[in-house]
Amino acid sequence: MKNDPSLLEVLRQQGVSRRGFLKFCAATASLMALPPGMAPVIAKALEQAHRPSVIWLSFQECTGCTESLTRSHAPTIEGLIFDAISLDYHHTLQAASGSAAEEARMAAMKANKGEYLLVVDGSIPTADPGYSTIAGISNLEMLREVAADAAAIIAVGTCAAFGGLPHAKPNPTGAVAVSDIITDKPIINVSGCPPIPVVITGVLAHFLTFGTLPKLDHLGRPLAFYGNNIHDRCYRRPFYERGQFAESFDDEGAKKGWCLYKLGCKGPVTYNACATTKWNNGTSFPIESGHGCLGCSEPNFWDLGGFYNALSEPSVNTGNAAAFGLVAGAAVGAASGIMARKEKDNTSHAHQKVTVNDLKRGESQ
Amino acid sequence: MSKATLERGINALKEQIDTPTAAFFSSCVNCGLCAHACLFYTETCDPAKTPIHKLEPMRRLWEQEYTLTGRIRKWLGLGKPITDDELEQWSELAYQNCTLCGRCSMVCPVGNDITYMIRKLREGLSAAGHAPDGLIGATTRAVKLGSPMGVTLKALEAQAKHVKEDSGLDIPFDVEGTEYMVLLSSMEIINYPEYLQAIAKIFDQAKKTWTISSEAFEATNSGIQIGTSDIAAELVQRVVDAAEKLKVQTVISPECGHAYMAIRWEGPNLIGRPFTFRVQHILEVLDELREQGLLQVEGVEDGRLTFHDPCQLVRRGGVIEQPRNLMRLVVDNFVEMKDHGKMNWCCGAGGGVSAIEEAEEVRLKAFNRKKKQLSKLHVDGLVTACANCRIQIEEGLEENDMDMPVIGLTEILANHLVEKETGGGSSA
Amino acid sequence: MNIEAVLLWIRGPGLGLALGIFLFGMAIKLLEIFLLGRKKNLAAVRSSGVAAGFRTILSRSLPPDGNILRRPRFTFIFGYAFHIGLFVVMFFLAPHIEVSHALLGLSWPALPTPVVDVFTIISIIAMMALLWHRLTSPLLKYLTTPQDYLVWALTFAPLLSGYMAYHHLLLPYTWLLSIHIGSVELLLILFPFTKLTHAFTLFIARWYTGMMAGQKGVQS
Repeated sequence: MKNDPSLLEVLRQQGVSRRGFLKFCAATASLMALPPGMAPVIAKALEQAHRPSVIWLSFQECTGCTESLTRSHAPTIEGLIFDAISLDYHHTLQAASGSAAEEARMAAMKANKGEYLLVVDGSIPTADPGYSTIAGISNLEMLREVAADAAAIIAVGTCAAFGGLPHAKPNPTGAVAVSDIITDKPIINVSGCPPIPVVITGVLAHFLTFGTLPKLDHLGRPLAFYGNNIHDRCYRRPFYERGQFAESFDDEGAKKGWCLYKLGCKGPVTYNACATTKWNNGTSFPIESGHGCLGCSEPNFWDLGGFYNALSEPSVNTGNAAAFGLVAGAAVGAASGIMARKEKDNTSHAHQKVTVNDLKRGESQ
Repeated sequence: MSKATLERGINALKEQIDTPTAAFFSSCVNCGLCAHACLFYTETCDPAKTPIHKLEPMRRLWEQEYTLTGRIRKWLGLGKPITDDELEQWSELAYQNCTLCGRCSMVCPVGNDITYMIRKLREGLSAAGHAPDGLIGATTRAVKLGSPMGVTLKALEAQAKHVKEDSGLDIPFDVEGTEYMVLLSSMEIINYPEYLQAIAKIFDQAKKTWTISSEAFEATNSGIQIGTSDIAAELVQRVVDAAEKLKVQTVISPECGHAYMAIRWEGPNLIGRPFTFRVQHILEVLDELREQGLLQVEGVEDGRLTFHDPCQLVRRGGVIEQPRNLMRLVVDNFVEMKDHGKMNWCCGAGGGVSAIEEAEEVRLKAFNRKKKQLSKLHVDGLVTACANCRIQIEEGLEENDMDMPVIGLTEILANHLVEKETGGGSSA
Repeated sequence: MNIEAVLLWIRGPGLGLALGIFLFGMAIKLLEIFLLGRKKNLAAVRSSGVAAGFRTILSRSLPPDGNILRRPRFTFIFGYAFHIGLFVVMFFLAPHIEVSHALLGLSWPALPTPVVDVFTIISIIAMMALLWHRLTSPLLKYLTTPQDYLVWALTFAPLLSGYMAYHHLLLPYTWLLSIHIGSVELLLILFPFTKLTHAFTLFIARWYTGMMAGQKGVQS
């Protein structure tokens, strides 16, 4: 391992005060639903932590995740944490290119074998490895190679976590998530399109503090950030309860900030921290801008039945099935009904007139 | 000679199942409300007497024969076939424990006309040979002798003679072209001859022409009670033939509930064509006369009186207001029972029950419902318009040591007719 | 397959399948009823019975004599509570109206969610009371068939899962929503083949009863 300055020293160099640093630690602790007493523990751990080596692989992606994490308009502590890690390979950000870049990756893997963190953004094509290659190496091959000696993997963004947009129907590249390929390493899914930056720093802080991964939900996401759904934390929730809904994006309801459920908001089934941490330095989150939640942190959110269809609406057109059922039912019903009617007519023909002599059984009378 | 068989019974039942029946069976959710409307259940608390349960074999037959799922089940050997034993068992429920009173049909929340279906079930039971002996006997007498009680024309003529002696009024037989043709029930001829005299007096006062056909004077129709349309049609046909032969305008059904049902509502459907004459119940006729001012009465009854609604006349027949109009004419202190009119409780003996010997015990138990209604009212007497109800109520009151006269409405009216200046006869 | 994929299937192909089977079954059911036919009434009627038929369709939804405390009180009180509750929940919760809007293009104003919530609770309590009644009353025990319990469960499941989904009880919302919609689909699938059909056929039943009584001059 390199003899690097500690994280606190790096932050100091960047002009972050101790007070600001402690504030960040407290915020991180609260975001991760740790007891308040944990803030000094985090601070202490971070102060002493050495810059971990991080290898960042970008596969089938749009660079949106990287943009989200690096393009905050003012420098933030989250951003600085990034400065504080030893980002040994990130082909979008690194200065080196070509074989020099690949050599840097190999060097980092060798130097920090078993200890480095692997961050992945983008999905992995499996239909034909040639769909996406870096330096002539297919994504699949590179992932397996780098993952082999990683301490843990952070799948950043919905593409890496769940397949994302490339995985959307009809998925021409056979895109899959990291967890579909690597099954023998701890994987943290930081889903979102893009994910909230503080989630990544939170996970890193947790890793640096405790040396372990935070508690995850059933989709491998840090529970501290993905434990609540948007709907439950939404400031427009009272309008939902009162049955006040915007019917279109420019009606009175929309202007009054009513609930966007009917306009397709996927808040009720979306687990993310947007409604509490918000975006752009806490400015707002999509619903505050007047647009329903797309559910971007959930698997298959592209195929959840249309962004602008209400959650309770069918996710596919059921008209054909319904029409088929009706027509088939009408045909079978008509056949069955006509059979019954024929049977009934037969009984009329079979009817023998009943006289008073027929009211008793043969044996008597 | 053909005889009753299970096959004939099932065939008859299948013939009876129609669109309403299918809709009714599709709608029942076993809520049990019909039980609480049925006096055979309320007075015995025997759940087997729940009206819709009385139809179980018919429901199964419908499912097995007329629905796709039922046919598939039958095909797979999962259906339970209808057996003779089962029909035998259900015969007791459908004949002895049902008066076809129709109260269940009024309360069913999904709107099932259960009575309509029990009438149909009897069609199958009788064709299968599971009708009670009492009803078979009555039906046989009705067809062979012209009266379920074996009352002959001679007996009627004897009563006519009494009327003549009593009131000086002639009973016109077989007069062509009269306005009215009067039918009588055997019970009226034998047990309540006052009715005939009352009719004679009322028409005499109203100056209406009327007649009795010597070929078809019997109004009761055991065919609809036993549930055999072929026989019921034969009995209706006799009346139709007589009415058309005498060219009368209106046939009057007497104070008998099911006779009215038979001739007024089932009649045209039984013979398969509309009638060429009108059919009215005597109370409808009397109320019309009252409206026209042709029913002149004087004086009122002293006591506190109530009116018992015969089911087939009121709930199942639609003659609801007429008896009340007529009651008010001569009764000052007229009180209604709780649940009066179309929701009144049955006497417990209609629908052929009175003709079934084995039903005597349950019939008198069922009367407890009427007894409870009456004991709340504290009345001095009861008026009704059905000879069958009248006999049951008289018997029930006696059984329960309740002393109370039971009178026919027509008779009461006749008692209050304004006496003519001239003309003989003494009248009460 | 994770729960998100299950929900997706349930909201899409599953719903189509359920709707298809429902319509298939109901078409058979109704045709089987109507094709049996009935004989024309030849008696001289007092009225056509049309008005009376429609009146009966309406009046049988109201308590007899306008008295909800009629005997048997238990059946009346809880029967009404359950049906009214179910009706309000089914037709006046905003997400439910959206389903109608998506499938049929019909929508109407929703009730505030807490109001619907109260009706859900009423309905759930009433259904449990009715079940208890069925299990204990000698009359109902005698009449009840296994199918009665099946249709109870089929009806109860969407109510309970809907309530739990709304209140985030026990399971994550995505699970509960899947269970909720799934239970409705199960209800739809079995609907035409059980006595649940009464929800539609009762109108036919009431119509015939009302019409036939009306022709005789009785408002049934």
